[in-house]
Formats: sequence, structure tokens, C-alpha cells
Amino acid sequence: MAWYVDRAARVLVFVGGISAIVFIIGIFVFITKEGLDFVLGPLSLGEFFTSIAWRPTSNNPTYGALALIVGTASVTGFAMLFSVPLSLGAALFIAEFATGRTRETLKILVEMLAAIPSVVWGFVGMSIMNPLIIQVFDVPLGLGVLNAGLILGLMAAPIMTTIAEDALKAVPDTYREAAEALGATRWEVIVKVVIPASRNGLLAAVLLGVGRGFGETMAVLMASGHAINLPTSVFDSVRALTATIASELGDTVTGGAHWGSLFTLGILLFVVTFLINLTADIVVRGIRKK
Amino acid sequence: MFTATPLNRRSYRNQSLAKAVFFLMTVVLVIPVLLIVGTLVVKGAPAISWEFLFTAPTDNMTAGGIFPALVGTIWLVVVALLASVPVGVAAALYLSEYAPDNLLTRTINLAIINLAGVPSIVHALFGFGAFVLFFRMGQSILAASLTLAIMTLPVVIVATRESLQAVPQAFREACWNMGATRWQTIRKVVLPNSISGILTGVILEVSRTAGETAPIMFTGAAMFVPFLPESVFDQTMAMSYHLYNVATQLTDVPEELTFGVALVLIAIVLMMNAVSIGFRVYLRGMKKW
Repeated sequence: MAWYVDRAARVLVFVGGISAIVFIIGIFVFITKEGLDFVLGPLSLGEFFTSIAWRPTSNNPTYGALALIVGTASVTGFAMLFSVPLSLGAALFIAEFATGRTRETLKILVEMLAAIPSVVWGFVGMSIMNPLIIQVFDVPLGLGVLNAGLILGLMAAPIMTTIAEDALKAVPDTYREAAEALGATRWEVIVKVVIPASRNGLLAAVLLGVGRGFGETMAVLMASGHAINLPTSVFDSVRALTATIASELGDTVTGGAHWGSLFTLGILLFVVTFLINLTADIVVRGIRKK
Repeated sequence: MFTATPLNRRSYRNQSLAKAVFFLMTVVLVIPVLLIVGTLVVKGAPAISWEFLFTAPTDNMTAGGIFPALVGTIWLVVVALLASVPVGVAAALYLSEYAPDNLLTRTINLAIINLAGVPSIVHALFGFGAFVLFFRMGQSILAASLTLAIMTLPVVIVATRESLQAVPQAFREACWNMGATRWQTIRKVVLPNSISGILTGVILEVSRTAGETAPIMFTGAAMFVPFLPESVFDQTMAMSYHLYNVATQLTDVPEELTFGVALVLIAIVLMMNAVSIGFRVYLRGMKKW
């Protein structure tokens, strides 16, 4: 009897185990299925990647996604510019310097940062940051690369900090002790021993942060200004790939070309995040092998 | 004998400098949390009242309360948990107790990372294509909750796997030596010793699920529903989507009301997080091994 229960449990648990694979394949299959008619039909790859004319609702629709790609890239890039150093610095402080209460408090605050929902971030961008940017920089509109980038940087920081901290913690203490025994200060230990030893983990942390920023939807939709535009300054409004899907899907005809074009943007987002995560995974596996 | 050389002094100065700089970087990162929560409390608190929490919006959502959105969020979270916790715990059990170190296991792990990394709007597209259209659920609590469940599945899996792996191997071996099967060992030894860690993960998932907007926008959340949902096949309002609507889709909404909605949403999410963190700290103190 116990043996049968054991077999049944084994099968059930296995089904649960492979569910993640089933779901990830399911996601790809379903968005591809809905986007396929558009990809095989009206899509012209040349136009898609080189034109900034995203006019899916005009009588003569054009589907140039360049401005959306540049929008996503500029906001994510600006975010990473300050978020990567800050997050890695925070991870170094939490892992190598902080002790006891300070450490716990900082970790909890980082977790709180991660907990704030993206729609609240977007709301903060609109209602707090927007007037602030207008006032400080004396510009007509505070919704743009700067606003969305700052918010995205803060949103991506917790995942980078947490994973980088894990990577630093994974460096065996014997390495640090050996270096300290040779007379190295904590700073020298960090620069010459800990960082080189955890390089791959830190790189993976940055990659996952980029992925997080790249895929963020609501906050970018609300804080970026949502205007189709190739930005020339950080105050310019831009429009992101994710935000375009969120704002337009509700107004489309199911199965139509516009509908299919949004699913095609979804395929692009899926493939890029998949590649980012795959790279991060390979990079991390690299250190484990050594 | 141990007088510091200039070289020593310089490296110690570098050390304190590094410490100060890294501390400052950390502070710059976490200060915004306090500022944001503080601003939301100051600007949103005047709107909060029993009436605000327990009545429906009125005057085209420019006045009144948030009750249907609160109830809707509870529906969405509960149904999502019912779907994702059993699957997530099973997946974690497989990975922690059964899985050999092979290609399949590595693929599962990669799939979990990807499930967590796929943009929320792509989950929304999937939910629409799969649940709303293909499985003919229509825009409903069921479709929205299943989308949320798949999206937050990694949270349950990762938290559960961690707490399962924290159970010492010797506990299992002792049980096997008594002649217990693998499943008996899991049920009588492994799960009882990790249940609180699993709960911590579930609470964290509640907090994540309650705050998500993009995945429910097209799968089951509605801008305004004059009645409370009666079954999982109804559409519903939700706190997160309600905030999006009052902040961007509607004009003439008083600022106080918008901040009130944001405050309630963030209060729910942070309270759940605090419970989860508190639970974890308490557990660490209780650890017997």
C-alpha cells in the first residue's frame, strides 16, 4: 500500500516539477500562435526594425518599431547607468562591511524596495517625480527618459543587490582569511580577492537587472510620457515596447493585424528576456564548474 | 615595533573611505523607499476612512470608496494561490527530494528563472491567448488568477525549495532507516519541518500577486463593476488596476482620492511583506538545528 502511495506521489510531484517547463513552452506557443498571422502577413522586417512610424490604426497602417526599441533601450540604459554601480556598492557594503542590526535593516529596506508594486512606482513617477523634475530642471514636462529611468533603476536595484550579495557570500571565507593573513586590508581583500572570485555572479546580477528593467511595463507606461519619439535628451518623452502592448491591446480587434503586431512585440520581448536569462544562467554555471 | 608605515596608513584610509562610500551608495538606494512611503502616507491618509474602504466608487469614480476593488483583489489573490501553491510545492518537492542532477533538472531550473524573468505584459498576452480565448474562460477572475498564478509560481517554488533544503539530510536518512518510503519521509519529516518556511513564501506571493497590474488588465480586471463578484467567472475590479485608472484614465479625480488608493495598495503589499519578514526572523530564532 505504502509503495503505491509512494509511486503515485512520485508521479504527481514529477508533474509539478516539469510544470515550469510546460508553462514556459506554453507561453511561447500561445504568443507565437496569436502573432503568427501578422509575422507571415503584414510584417516587413525592414520596416519593423528601421522605421519609427508605429501607426497601426491608420488607414494605411505602418509597423515601425524602431522608436519603441530605442525607447525601451534608452530608459533601461539610463536606469542601469546609476543603478548598476549603486546596487553593486550596496551589495559590497551589505556582504563585506555591514554587521548585525545594520545589515538586517538594510536587507529589509532592499526587500521593501522590491515589494513596491510597479503601478505604484508609475504613480510615484506621475505624481511626485513629474512636478519635481519640472521644478528642478525648469522643463515643460517631467515625464520622460529621466523620470522612467530613475524609477526603473530603483526597481531593478533589489534583484541586482540580492544576487550580487549572494555571489559575494559564495566566495569562501578561507580566501579572505588567506589574504588578510598576508596583511591585506578589507579593501584590498575586496578588490584583489573577493571581486575577481565572484566576477561571474556579479555579471549575472547585472544581466538579471537589465532583464528586469527591459520587461517592466506599468511604471514605464506611466512615467515615460508614452510618446513615439527618438530621444535627444533625458527630458524627452519616449515609448517602450512593453508599454505599447499595455496601452493598445484593449483597443484592438481580436485576430486583426494590429492585434497580431502587439503579439509580435510580445515575441520580441520574450526572446530577448529569454536570451538574457539564458546568458545569466550560463555565466553562473561557469563559476560552479570551477 | 608595529608602527604604521605610510603604505599601511594609506591602505587603512582606503578601507574606511571604501566603507563610507559603499554605505552612502546603499543609503541612496534605500532612502527613496522611505520617501515614497512617507509621501503616500502624508498625502493619502486624509482620504482613508471606513467609508472609503467599505463603499463603492460614485460619480464616475471621482468620489466614494474602493470596496469592490478591495474585494476583487482578495478574489484574485485567493484563486491564484489555490492554483499556484499546490503546483509550486510539488515542483519544489521534486527539485529538492527527487530530482537527479541531470539535463532535465537543469532545464526545469532554467524554466523557473525564465518564468520569473518574462515581462509581466508577456504573461498578460499569454493569459489572454490561452485562458481568455483558447480555453474560453472569457475575461474573468479565473483567467486573471491563472495568469497571476503562473507568473508568481517561481516565488513559491524558490521559497519552498529553500526551506525543504534547510531540513538536514540526517533527518531523512534516519526516517529511511526505519523503513519509511520516500513519500512517508516527506510527509512525516520533511514537510512538518519546513512548513513555516513554505508559509513565508506563500505570504510573499500574496504580496506580489496583490500588486500586479499588467497581467490582469486584459484577462479579468475591469475599470468599473457596479457589483461584487459572485463567482470566478465574473469580471472584477482590482486595487492595482483601479490605481492605474484613477491615475491615468480618468480626469477630475481629486488628488487626495488617488493618493488614498495608492496608500491602501501599498499598505496591503508592505504589510504582507512585513509579516513574511517577521515570520522568517522568528523562525531563524526557533531553529533547533
